[in-house]
Formats: sequence, C-alpha cells, structure tokens
Amino acid sequence: MANSFTRVMSGRNTAVMLASIGAGTLASGYLLSDSTAAAERKRLYPPSADFPDLRKHNNCMAAALTPTIYGSLRDKTTPNNWTLDQCIQTGVDNPGHPFIKTVGMVAGDEESYEVFSELFDPVIKDRHNGYDPRTMKHPTDLDASKITSGMFDERYVLSTRVRTGRSIRGLSLPPACTRSERREVERVVVTALAGLKGDLAGRYYSLGEMSDREQQQLIDDHFLFDKPVSPLLTAAGMARDWPDARGIWHNNEKNFLVWINEEDHTRIISMEKGGNMKRVFERFCRGLKQVEHLIQERGWEFMWNERLGYILTCPSNLGTGLRAGVHIRLPLLSRDPRFKKILDNLRLQKRGTGGVDTAATGDTVDISNLDRLGRSEVELVQLVVDGVNYLIECEKRLERGQDIKIPSPIPQFRK
Amino acid sequence: MIHEKAIMPFGNTHNNFKLNYKVEDEYPDLSKHNNHMAKALTKELYGKLRDKQTPSGYTLDDVIQTGVDNPGHPFIMTVGCVAGDEESYEVFKDLLDPVISDRHGGYKPTDKHRTDLNYENLKGGDDLDPNYVLSSRVRTGRSIKGFTLPPHNSRGERRIIEKLSVEALTSLDGEFKGKYYPLKSMTDAEQEQLIADHFLFDKPVSPLLTCAGMARDWPDARGIWHNDNKSFLVWVNEEDHLRVISMEKGGNMREVFRRFCVGLKKIEEIFKKHDHGFMWNEHLGYILTCPSNLGTGLRGGVHVKLPKLSTHPKFEEILTRLRLQKRGTGGVDTASVGGVFDISNADRLGSSEVEQVQMVVDGVKLMVEMEKKLEKGEAIDSMIPAQK
Repeated sequence: MANSFTRVMSGRNTAVMLASIGAGTLASGYLLSDSTAAAERKRLYPPSADFPDLRKHNNCMAAALTPTIYGSLRDKTTPNNWTLDQCIQTGVDNPGHPFIKTVGMVAGDEESYEVFSELFDPVIKDRHNGYDPRTMKHPTDLDASKITSGMFDERYVLSTRVRTGRSIRGLSLPPACTRSERREVERVVVTALAGLKGDLAGRYYSLGEMSDREQQQLIDDHFLFDKPVSPLLTAAGMARDWPDARGIWHNNEKNFLVWINEEDHTRIISMEKGGNMKRVFERFCRGLKQVEHLIQERGWEFMWNERLGYILTCPSNLGTGLRAGVHIRLPLLSRDPRFKKILDNLRLQKRGTGGVDTAATGDTVDISNLDRLGRSEVELVQLVVDGVNYLIECEKRLERGQDIKIPSPIPQFRK
Repeated sequence: MIHEKAIMPFGNTHNNFKLNYKVEDEYPDLSKHNNHMAKALTKELYGKLRDKQTPSGYTLDDVIQTGVDNPGHPFIMTVGCVAGDEESYEVFKDLLDPVISDRHGGYKPTDKHRTDLNYENLKGGDDLDPNYVLSSRVRTGRSIKGFTLPPHNSRGERRIIEKLSVEALTSLDGEFKGKYYPLKSMTDAEQEQLIADHFLFDKPVSPLLTCAGMARDWPDARGIWHNDNKSFLVWVNEEDHLRVISMEKGGNMREVFRRFCVGLKKIEEIFKKHDHGFMWNEHLGYILTCPSNLGTGLRGGVHVKLPKLSTHPKFEEILTRLRLQKRGTGGVDTASVGGVFDISNADRLGSSEVEQVQMVVDGVKLMVEMEKKLEKGEAIDSMIPAQK
C-alpha cells in the first residue's frame, strides 16, 4: 500500500496535504523519507554546505571532525532517529577555551556510539589518553574489599565522595529523550530505589513537587541540583522540559544519593564527612549492585558493553563514569609550584569545592581521579587513595620544612 | 540497523518514534505555565497534532519546546511557541490560530490582513518635539520564501540566506549604499564602532530564544549590514531571516518611515528577481518566526522623555487606549532610564504598517502635550483619549 502511494503521489504539496491531515505515520513517514523531501534536500544541501565552521574551536570534536567524516555520517540516524548534527551541536555552539579542552559532543542514545563511531572513536581516544575502543576492552570491578589504605588523615581530608552514572538500556539519553522516556526513567529508578533496605533505605523528592522546606533542607545538605545553566549542557538539549521527571533520592542516613534525569539518567553518589574512602566506596558498590539487581527483577538493565564500559551521555564519562575524590586542606602544597606536576603524574585533578568549573575556597581543594576509561573502579579508587596519601605526606613534609619529590608518572594503560 | 532517512539533520527528528508512547505520557506538564501556548494546548489537542510534521520535518514538540521550557511570568504573557517554517502555520493551525487570536486581539482564522507600505499615506509625523523625542525607529522582519526559519534551519540554509541577503543589500545605492559586517569576522575596531552606534546584536541569551534553537552555530552566517549614513540597517539571521531597521535621532518619524518603506521595497524587488520573495499571505501578512510578529512585524517607536507622565496613575491606561506599549531604552525586557521610555505600537496583525505608525505618531504627540501640561502643573484628565 505504501508503495502505490509513493508512485502515485509525489511533490511537496502532497506531502503538506498528507502531513496536515495526519494521514498515518507510515504513509507520510514513507513519503517524507523517500524520494521527495529528503532527496531534494540532499541535492540542494550536500554535506559540504552544512559542514560547521570550526576554525576557532578548541574541543575534541572539532579536532576530530573532518569534512569526509561529516559527509559519511550526516545523513545517518540511530534507530531512535538521532543524528550526527544533534550529537555535535553542543561542540559547535561552544568553541571552547584555549586552556580547557572540552569534549564537544554527546550521545543521544546507546546506538550513537556505534552509528557515529567514525567520529566518537577518535574523540574517545583523544579524551581518554589513547584508549582505542576499536581494539581495547574496558575492565569493570566493583569489589570494594580490594581497596587498601583507604582511611585518610582527617586533619587534612574533610570529606570523601564517589560518584558515577548509570543509563537505563532501551531509553534515550538526556539530550534526546522524549518526555515519556524521561518519565519512564524516573519510574523505573524510583521503583527500584524504593526496594533498598537497611542503611540504604530512603526517599525520593521530585524536583517539581518538593516543598520549600524540603528544598531548603536539600540545599543545606548540599544535595540539591539545579537546572543546568552551563551552555555545554543547555546547547545539548539536556535542560528541556525542566523540571519534569527530575528528582533526588537519598537514604535516611544522608550518605547515599541518586540524581535522576540531570545530565545522565542517574548519577549515583556515596559520600560522608571525614576520610574513610574504603567505607564510602564499599557503600557505593553495595548500593550500585542492589539497584542493578532491583531493576533487573523488572526486566531492565544498565547500558554497558565490553569496549566502552558503562554508557553515559558525555564520552568523558565512559568506562567507569567514576569520579572518586576528597575535599582536602593542603595550604602549603597547594601553593607549591610543583603541585600541578605532582597531580598530573598521580593522574589526579583539582577542582574548586563547588565542583567542576569552580575555584577553590581558602586552602581546600577537591582532588579526584582524571581517568574514567581503561581502568576499573577498584583501580581508579586505589589510585586516588594512593595519590591522596602521597599528597598528605608532601604536606606533612612541607610542614616540617622538608623537601618533597615529584613522583614518577603513572603509566597510562596496562600492557 | 542504520536508518538513512534524516531530512533535516538536527532538531526534533524522532517524532515517529515518540508515537510509540501514549499521549498522556508525552503531554507536557503545563500546570505552572502562563503563556499563550499553555492556555491553548489541551491534552486532546496535543494528541491530535503530535503525529504531524511540516514537509521539512518540523513537529509539534518543536513548535512548543520554548513554551514548555519557559513557564512564563505571572504578569507577562509570552507566546510560548514558534514556527520552524512557513508551513508550520498551516500544519499546526489548530494550535496557532487560538494563540494568534489570543495574542492579536481576537484575530479570527477568516480575517484578512492589510499591507500598506505607502509612506505618503502617513499624516504628519515630521513634527514630534525633539526636546522630548530623542530618537525615532521603525523595524520589521522578513522571511525568505523557500527556506526554513531560525529555530529549524541548517547551517547550509542559513549560509545561503546570508549570501542572498548580502548580494541584495550590496547592490543598493544612493542613500542606501552600505556595507556588510559578518559577525564572525569583524575586527575589534568595527565591533566597537557598531556597539557605539547601537547597531550590534549579540548572541541571544534569553531562554525564550535559546530554547527554541535560534542561537545554534552562533555566529555562523550572522551579520549586520548598514548604509553609510547609518540610518538604515539590516540584521541577518538573528531571530528572523532579516530584521530591517530605519532610525535616526530626533522626532522625524515621517522621514524614518519613508526610508523604511523605500528601502524595504527595493530589497524585496531584488529578492523577487532571484525567485525568492518574502513569505507573505493574505491572512497572516508577513510570516515571521514568532507569532507575535505576524502581520506587519512592525514595531515603530520613539525614545521619549516622559518623567512626569510616566509616574501619573493613568499612564498605563493611556498607553492601552492609544494601542501603544512601553519598554525600557534597552529594548524588550529592560527598564527605563531617567524617565526616558521606548514607546511603540502594540499591534502587529490586523492593521497596516501605515495605520500602526500613525498610531505611534498621534499617540506620542498627545503624550508629549500631556507631559508639557504636567510640567506646568495642569491636569490632563480632559486629554485622556477614548479607546482606539
């Protein structure tokens, strides 16, 4: 039936007529996808006409995107009809900073990483220090018992935190998701979280419906997330329909919390005051495993594969999606000119105490792992543990007037 | 399975996929919203329109996204929806007609709009007191037929619009001879000058515009053209394909309007010669991105000193009766500075360009008289006009 339609009818006016009478998605979809509109567009606007001007750009996408790659990918879509232009829009709209190289692209769904692999793979390689998704495999290890020396000196470490993200397989990611998909993510996750017991039992607060008092409490606890203002996120469409289906869940003890539908389907956070990284990570792993089990009972699973690990919206968070860190006071070391090099060699990064893109307040800095992909969760947390212990050693040595050494750089990947 | 059926390689392309979900699951939560779209879009209407697309693939969710993301203000009623192409106003008329009617004083789907760009039909307008009227300005927008609009267009389309516009504008001569300054390659000196002249437009920051996708790829294919006399300027690819502005210091609105009409006609002729007329129809007049700018798309106004009148309790009432609106001197959504207001026509659709500018000329003249009276300590109650 669709075939006879396309032979008999053609032309733009017909497409308008059919579209306006809502004549079945199959017929109008067929017409629009067949010879007429799509082919006409391709003829009038070859990929070269649409190729973005990236000459002033400094991000991973701009470094990797050539006219050839664009030409081969522009007219492709994922099964959810997500396109390359939608993946890269955030990188086109945000040229970047000469000192900070952002990623410049996002995934709209799990399949984006496959359909557009010609662009994603070099971007991933660039961002993740040479990890080659075509040849390498990512290890997953959530066995917290393997962590050693995970208790920090609390005269220096004020608080400890581990976060990651998880995406629900079968539903599009925040840049692309429809309202119903986003609401489905909320339903699936909130139902699962309601099954947590013991020290993990807790409650959900929907962003749109929380009371002023609840909101103030969440702000005081440093749990509340806001509508994104960063153009990196808004240009990727992640703030659409705010605050519909967004919310925060946390346990009664206030040391395990889940953000729903912010930059990823879920962000899972384990945190507490003080320096007990081992306990924080143990609760993190236990909570994650239980949530995964609870969603599997209902037939859902997390997005994961062997070459990229856990699939998240931003390629920078692939692999483990894990950022393990501390708020630490290092008054002497943070002023030492060798501080940055020490951090680099330890594969750590510093941020302000407001999180990414904030400045440090006083002497307190946020120190966390740089890497996400190519090393397991256990490896990365151990790396943070060893690195922070080293930094504390340096601080103590500087207090005593002793000299410190820059450690040799940690090798990038296992042989 | 890789599908090769993208039409416009961006935007809300997965509409058919969304239809797998029930209407109630997709219908936006508009319970806290105050804009024209939220008033008109019931769940039933959403269900009726959601499987439709314009030929370029613009969908209902594309139309309304800006209104969903911006719930609005209790005092200010925004439109809450945009068009992605000329056909949006047809395909989604069940939503846009009530929005248009609500926004444009009850304009019916059967009404016809009058276009009149004969500046000679304007009466007076050359004698507004320059002690009060600091500057005069008339602007409108134009969309080029055959291309999609700023919320939806691709880089390729936007660049062709720029190319065609620049060709048309650089062929103008006489009082309209001028130069184009592309945003992405202007020098610092040029930029400073354009800011000093109050010509430069910025990347939109208003979420009303950014949520509608109008700031994509900034500053690619955006630019400003102005004549050597600095009295006629054109913005390319900001909120509309073209915004055409005629302005000068002082109160000679008649001259500003003459130049506006003459310049517009010349530009239109050149576009027509290349088979790219402006989007226009008998019912909606000139087609622009925001339904609030349909009809004439014209905002004719002055910066006028009304420190006494503006504090008079009947100021708002007077403006309403004169069919005028006030803004701050920074334009829409700004506050007034030093008693100086931007006063312009409130109407766009259902009356012609001449009629709207006439209302500004007559209204501002009256308000300046009122201001003078108030300066002398006299009452103005007898001068308050009837509703136009």
